[in-house]
Amino acid sequence: MQSTAPMMDAPLHWAGHDEPQSFLRRYIFSTDHKIIGIQFLFMSLFFLLVGGILAGIMRWQLGYPGQPLPASGMLPETMVVDGIILPEFYNSAVTMHGTIMVFFAIMPLLVGVFANYLIPLQIGAPDMAFPKLNMLSFWTAVPAGFIMLAGFFVPGGHAAAGWTSYPPLSAIPEYSGVDLGQRLWLISLIILGFSSLMGAVNYITTVINMRAPGMSLFRMPLATWSLFITAHLVLLAIPILTGALIMLLFDQTIGTSFFRADQGGSPLLWQHLFWFFGHPEVYILILPAMGFVSEIIAAGSRKPIFGYHAMVIAIAAIGFLGWIVWGHHMFQSGMNPALGAAFMGTTMVIAVPSAIKVFNWLATMWRGDLHFHVPMLNAVAFVAMFVIGGLSGVFVASTPVDIYLHDTYFVVAHIHYVLFGGSLFALFGAITFWYPKMFGRMMSEGLGKVHFWLTMLFFNATFFPMHQVGIGGMMRRIYDPLQYEYMQPMAPTNRFITIAALLLIATQLIFAFNFIWSMFRGAKAEANPWRANSLEWVVPSPPPHGNFTEMPHVYRGPYEYSLPDEAEDYMPQNVPPGVPRPSSTPVHAG
Amino acid sequence: MLLRKYVPTLVLSLFTLAACGGGDADTGGTDAPDADAYTVPAGEAAVITGVVNFEGTAPAPEPIDMSEEPTCAEKHDEGPVRRPVVANENGTLRNVFVYVREGLGDRTFAATSDDRVMDQDGCEYQPHVMGVQTGQQVTFRNSDGLLHNINAQGSTNRSFNISQPQNMETERAFSQQEIMIPVRCDVHGWMEAYIGVVDHPYFAVTGEDGSFRLENLPPGDYTIEAWHEEYGTQTAQVTVAAQQTGETSFTFNDTMTGAFVPLGAPLDPHDHGRVAAAPARGTR
Amino acid sequence: MTHWFPIGISTYAGEIDRLFYIILFITGLIFVLVQGALLYFAFKYRHVEGRKAFHIHGDMRVEAIWTAIPFLIVVYIALASIGPWLRIRDYDRFPPAELEVEVTAKQFEWNVTYPGPDGSLGTGDDFVRRNQLHLPVGRVVHVHLSAEDVIHSFFLPEFRVKQDAVPGLRLPVWFEAMETGTYTLGCAELCGMGHYRMRGTVTVHEAAAFDSWLQSSGETAFADGDDDDARVAAAAGTPQHDEHSGH
Repeated sequence: MQSTAPMMDAPLHWAGHDEPQSFLRRYIFSTDHKIIGIQFLFMSLFFLLVGGILAGIMRWQLGYPGQPLPASGMLPETMVVDGIILPEFYNSAVTMHGTIMVFFAIMPLLVGVFANYLIPLQIGAPDMAFPKLNMLSFWTAVPAGFIMLAGFFVPGGHAAAGWTSYPPLSAIPEYSGVDLGQRLWLISLIILGFSSLMGAVNYITTVINMRAPGMSLFRMPLATWSLFITAHLVLLAIPILTGALIMLLFDQTIGTSFFRADQGGSPLLWQHLFWFFGHPEVYILILPAMGFVSEIIAAGSRKPIFGYHAMVIAIAAIGFLGWIVWGHHMFQSGMNPALGAAFMGTTMVIAVPSAIKVFNWLATMWRGDLHFHVPMLNAVAFVAMFVIGGLSGVFVASTPVDIYLHDTYFVVAHIHYVLFGGSLFALFGAITFWYPKMFGRMMSEGLGKVHFWLTMLFFNATFFPMHQVGIGGMMRRIYDPLQYEYMQPMAPTNRFITIAALLLIATQLIFAFNFIWSMFRGAKAEANPWRANSLEWVVPSPPPHGNFTEMPHVYRGPYEYSLPDEAEDYMPQNVPPGVPRPSSTPVHAG
Repeated sequence: MLLRKYVPTLVLSLFTLAACGGGDADTGGTDAPDADAYTVPAGEAAVITGVVNFEGTAPAPEPIDMSEEPTCAEKHDEGPVRRPVVANENGTLRNVFVYVREGLGDRTFAATSDDRVMDQDGCEYQPHVMGVQTGQQVTFRNSDGLLHNINAQGSTNRSFNISQPQNMETERAFSQQEIMIPVRCDVHGWMEAYIGVVDHPYFAVTGEDGSFRLENLPPGDYTIEAWHEEYGTQTAQVTVAAQQTGETSFTFNDTMTGAFVPLGAPLDPHDHGRVAAAPARGTR
Repeated sequence: MTHWFPIGISTYAGEIDRLFYIILFITGLIFVLVQGALLYFAFKYRHVEGRKAFHIHGDMRVEAIWTAIPFLIVVYIALASIGPWLRIRDYDRFPPAELEVEVTAKQFEWNVTYPGPDGSLGTGDDFVRRNQLHLPVGRVVHVHLSAEDVIHSFFLPEFRVKQDAVPGLRLPVWFEAMETGTYTLGCAELCGMGHYRMRGTVTVHEAAAFDSWLQSSGETAFADGDDDDARVAAAAGTPQHDEHSGH
């Protein structure tokens, strides 16, 4: 156990409340941000699995159209007949894959888990500003999850209008074939929105009000910065979505016609509302990942983040510009082309802060002392994959090129390079990096490396060819591409992608196994296995209730690695200047 | 606190909205108890036969442009047509659904285990008009090997819309009596068929000779109804004694276009006789 | 296993493709440089005993450089894109129509209304074809695009044409085919169960053949013999007469 602050014998009191004793209050209805973060972690990993299975079903149909789906005997005849996936079920799988991955996997993994877990620890606080609200935020997400899963079991099946749910298709059951499922989809997301809002309120308040002495805003780690700014995006964007969802629900149930053209409404209104939320949403899905990557690359390079202030400004710039680019999802929608031109301008500009971040990460690695442990591998992969995803975005940002590429697999490639190549790799790294802190054990480095390399291989094999079939003109959400003559030559590529995708999904079992196995058999973790600087590493692994035995004082920024005059290559934020430090064990693995 | 007050109300109203809308008829498939099923005592069975005549000239068949579906177009040697009225050469009318509307009392009848096949062949439903008993399995078959969907728009029965992207068969059953359920394909807009669901076995569809035969009836007074997709419905009264064959006939003529054609309206057991002509309602 | 753009046969297909290649060149270059640097650093600066990392917090000058250069690049791409975009989309800039057709999308078919012998759309002699778009080569075509039920998307890959068909809106699209032949019409917006099969055939005819077809209200087969109408009409032995299948 390593701590540089004098230990106190008495249990923590300055935290404001004593630790509850019953199992129910400690682990189920806990107000401890760390437990809540872990609860989100388990829930989200489960949904990641569900989303992955849905992707497997889709890819099966695309790779082997009309071939019986293995092990589908248990699925009802409304979905699969004699193993043959029905088109309406395929559309539902497409929809639910996107919905579950965005709302129930990636977003809660990035925000629900890590904002909850990291923010108080990294700013030196004992817990969130509103612990009970925090608990409510998790327990609101749970029923939302159940409702979303329930949609699979109702007559008519689950929502099948895309995760973007464009009306009139989504509003009128006669057209989509889905009635109750679509309503459940809407209700689930309305409820989930409240969960997110509660979280956002907490994160923002906590960062503003509860930073330890010496923890100025510009000494906060970039993980906290990115989560802080993300929370603002959540706070402002989710209400728009909630409003739009309610309007759509009303159109479906009580006869309003916000979006129903047959009754004077405007389908484009939905698109504006949805994407006004939807674009900040995708930055919600990437900014925290960028924050984690910064932490890991700095620690893995034993070097300060290059351009810390620029990085903060870049995060803020992305957050701000994210509000004025939404129309780039609507270039071909029938929106006024002049508006399209304006959105092209803003969309092009938003590439710049992302580029700045990439260069700063590279500059961090430059002349560093690179330890390629599993988190570092994943973080560096993030940079490489995010570059591809970002660059492919430039193509579709150009409105004339988008005429052709819109709604093709080129876009599917783009979004998966940023969401999987980006966010998910960052999450693999982040989970591995903070796992010791959460569970007091190290994940297996060997399994982690195998998982990483196989995932890298199969991920690129799955998604890179999608650029090509998209350029070839393959549309999105298309049950059987062979119906179009010009897509028939793509069948071998689609099969290749399917095989790679199925192997990719199978590879995740390694991560799942590592995650579970290490909890019981992983090497016991010390407080600071990565020899990093931020405050979460000065407390035991896992931290006690209340986190810090006494309030920490912060004397420097979070990236003082490899100081020239120091024997140690790291200097935690709370070490007073001039205090001699005992030498410590080397960075784990490498 | 405020949140605690409003959250339950909010959640409850959301659930109420979920429950709104979407009427719920039974799923297909019945579990009618066979113990009470009526069987006609031996030596008592009666028969009702008859013909459905047609006077006048049937409207000319409308050609269907199937050129975008060559697989189907090629199956029609003479060019596919839409023929809502099929007059037989002997002056009778085809595709008329005839059934016992009244007279069976409270008897319930055993479900049959035969299945009926509605085929999609040449982008047309075969047969065009079909009768089944409640609970009887209907096999929808796709013989064309291209995407069809079976959009059965029941009113009393739960409607369903199932796709068949290739050669395959799907089974469904109807649990409620309904005259008639229109069936359409969304991919091929010209495809239409009608299914009559009756909760007893006494129904028939007239064929090439315009005749129908209802066998194994218990003796009694019956109201027989004939339904045609263009010309509406007619009823006739027939009384049969044991081992007797009763005869009746219906006559439709070409001026009856525009008659009220009920689709899926639930039967009113107190309604006797001819359905009065209501304002013309399209069959689409 | 490689797939690339289908042949471009409209007058502005080339512009779009050219823009794509410009962006491909620029992003390709950036890709090589960035990934190259990353791999180089990963290798060169991997941990070796005895070497310490270089402690530096940043450099405002390089920040300025690598802010300015990407900014200039994206501004260039945006400016290069404006011209083609407005030429293709801005209604006021559409070249005058030499043929107007109405395309109405519905689940799951494209109904094309042709102007008939009088050459005017919206008059009594208009006729409809399902899933068949017949066009004359070398003439500017205006499509008035709408949808009856849900949002569809009018996608002609070889023409580089795509426009969402939205219920309640009647949207203008223009293009001009430069080559005769048979091409694809597809739906590029999820519109329900039959979305994947909502396809049609686009046939670009010699102008004279198209004109006489139009004059005959689509009754006679094409003189250039290059269409489904002719094939099926020949097989059936009857002239084709379409019914509008709206329901």
